Amino acid sequence: MLFRYRGSEGMLAWAFHRISGLAIWVFIVLHVFDIWLSGANPKLYDDLLVIYASPIGRVGEMLLGAALLYHALNGLRIVIMDFWPAMTRWHRQMWYASWAAFAVVGLPVAYFILKPIWGG
Amino acid sequence: MSGIRVNGRSGGRARPGGGFELAVWYLMRLTGLGLFVLALSHFLITHVLYDPANQNASFISDRWANLAVRTADWLMLAFVCFHAFMGLRTIVGDYTRGGLRTTLTMGLYLIAIVLFFMGTIAIIAVPNVLPAAA
Repeated sequence: MLFRYRGSEGMLAWAFHRISGLAIWVFIVLHVFDIWLSGANPKLYDDLLVIYASPIGRVGEMLLGAALLYHALNGLRIVIMDFWPAMTRWHRQMWYASWAAFAVVGLPVAYFILKPIWGG
Repeated sequence: MSGIRVNGRSGGRARPGGGFELAVWYLMRLTGLGLFVLALSHFLITHVLYDPANQNASFISDRWANLAVRTADWLMLAFVCFHAFMGLRTIVGDYTRGGLRTTLTMGLYLIAIVLFFMGTIAIIAVPNVLPAAA
């Protein structure tokens, strides 16, 4: 299914957008539920947060942040092309630009999220 | 809707001709832009500026003592309940047909509504807030 779509960067941008969107959706369902718990059963919520702050939880948190950041940046690229069709000519360059922004913003954020694992 | 057309370059969904689907198309972009600001700043605040190791249920009620934060979070909830579930609906529409598609789509709408109410209840009923109406 993934590779039936023609093209290179455009196809990958589409596939990553879909996969990251699906992953974020899964977390949103969990997250709204845990926020509901914070009011309905604060004790259980606090226990759940311990899992979020564990090393495995932090790796998941970093992956979530990566999915969110990619989806946001590529989504912006889609919106730009939808409302300013002339920019479609630069769809490939904009995809590379979104990856540059992803690295500039994402790497420091990943560092801060993971740092407590090695006691930073 | 039989197979959703995709814009070959952007990878986004092609703009539908009109009616409900066109409204969804515009709202996906509008909520997407809103979430670009709301969700990214939310992630930055709750995952980087404040570490999850230092958070608990009262961290949330303290945060929500500020009515502006609570309003922003509720807006984010409303946007995400639309954006995430309509996005999933696009995926379901692409890979399923007939009765299965209808069932899954209705299931998505149902979960979206349930989550929207759960989140709204959490935001409204959070303990120790109701900021002294002064």
